Amino acid sequence: MVTTTNKWLAAGVLCLAAAGAQAQVNQIKVWAAACANCHGTDGRAAAGAVSLAGQSKNDLVQKLQDFKTGKRPATIMHQLAKGYTDEQLADIAGYFAAQKK
Amino acid sequence: MQRRQFVQTLGAGSAVAGLGLMSGCATSAGRGAKVVVVGGGYGGATAAKYVRLFSDHNIEVTLVEPNAAFVSCPISNMVLGGHKTMADITVPYDNLSKRHGVKVVRDTVASIDATKRTVKLASGGELPYDRLILSPGIDFMWDTLPGMAKAGAADKVLHAWKAGPQTVALRRQLEALPDGGVYALSIPLAPYRCPPGPYERACMVASYFKKAKPKSKVVIFDANDDITSKKGLFMKAWDEHYKGLIEYRPKHKVVDVDAATNTLKFEFNDDFKAGVLNVIPTQRAGEIAVKTGLATANARWCEVDFLTFEAKAAKNIHVLGDAIQIAPAMPKSGHMANQHGKTCAAAVVSLLQGKEPPSLPLYANTCYSFVTATDVVHVASVHKYDAAQKTMLAVPGSGGLSSAASALEGEYAMAWARNIWADSLA
Repeated sequence: MVTTTNKWLAAGVLCLAAAGAQAQVNQIKVWAAACANCHGTDGRAAAGAVSLAGQSKNDLVQKLQDFKTGKRPATIMHQLAKGYTDEQLADIAGYFAAQKK
Repeated sequence: MQRRQFVQTLGAGSAVAGLGLMSGCATSAGRGAKVVVVGGGYGGATAAKYVRLFSDHNIEVTLVEPNAAFVSCPISNMVLGGHKTMADITVPYDNLSKRHGVKVVRDTVASIDATKRTVKLASGGELPYDRLILSPGIDFMWDTLPGMAKAGAADKVLHAWKAGPQTVALRRQLEALPDGGVYALSIPLAPYRCPPGPYERACMVASYFKKAKPKSKVVIFDANDDITSKKGLFMKAWDEHYKGLIEYRPKHKVVDVDAATNTLKFEFNDDFKAGVLNVIPTQRAGEIAVKTGLATANARWCEVDFLTFEAKAAKNIHVLGDAIQIAPAMPKSGHMANQHGKTCAAAVVSLLQGKEPPSLPLYANTCYSFVTATDVVHVASVHKYDAAQKTMLAVPGSGGLSSAASALEGEYAMAWARNIWADSLA
């Protein structure tokens, strides 16, 4: 019986661990996924596009802000960056910075 | 603890699950829940992959798709122009199973039982689901063109609006057309799949004529009052590159086709005969969605909740891609279908885990069109959820068009294609 009880307890702990380990689908992850069409799943791009995975967050935020203000010339990113708030751009940059290259 | 070990440990404790102690846990992780995805286009393939990714591979996903490989509609106009091959626009489904554990079933869906939550396959099998994601694309409203029902008509007068065998067949017709022959392209009233697609197609066919048969001509018959997308950019390209080769006639709605004599019949204008007819018919949501009663907007398009893409007409069935009644300014594009797939996948995973779906959808659309073999123009937009109006709206001040066609954008267009194919299928 003792063994069984331990198993139950272990299961309970695992259950909590499962809830914690289970990556919740948070909003930032889904926003970042919207960039993957051009920049690759999780920011790891196929040939011809810029990979965002593992870049420094500060650099990414700076580039996005420069696109948004028009300081950095672009064909398309200046138009897309204007669709996001500064906070959203920072959140998305943080997500890509945390991905493996 | 490594994820693999963790899963194994949990598996070893499954005897306990029989006592009911683990059931709440299983629900919170969505473990063992079954998602069936119907249609392996940009919407469905993306949804299948992202349900696996967003659930840490805990939710079972089965993708039902009749074709052996994905053939991309974007870039397919380049095949008509002779600038790309079918191999360039074909991507296998293998990686969805190999890398992401999606079970791919090569079949079509005969019927859906929304009460029993089962999908009946054409081959006779049945798949149960907790949530169904339907991405059936478009079907053609052939009843609007009675002559197309005549024997052989559909083999002779092509649409090539679903990339595949018709793309190859239309290219052959263009190759067989003698120099001096006329290619007539008809565009249906909006909404239809890929708003700028027909105008890009005219450019691609004209680029081929310019090189191979300069006395030939492209005549565009548009049912709409005007060019529906990238108007200035297309008109500039026609003037700069295809003067005398492309003729544009708005307000020409095709009401019938005589395939025997290659003649287009219009609502108000005189008949027109051409060497090659390319008729893009009026469209509605894929047949399985209409048959299941999900096409609640004029029996043509499926209305959905834009937070989850759940159909307004049925619980636990999510519809996305070109089959839906779009939000304002939201085009029926492959890029947009891919975005729907991710928003829908996130919502489905959350719901199966007993959690609230993310409530602030925000995504972009990018659409590139080739105006020559190398030069490209784009239109871009950003769309966010408006809680008051319960729809997606373009973010004011965002988006826009190319300032001019360029070869740089041509390189970006091909990079876009490689990336979206990989994001959806690899």
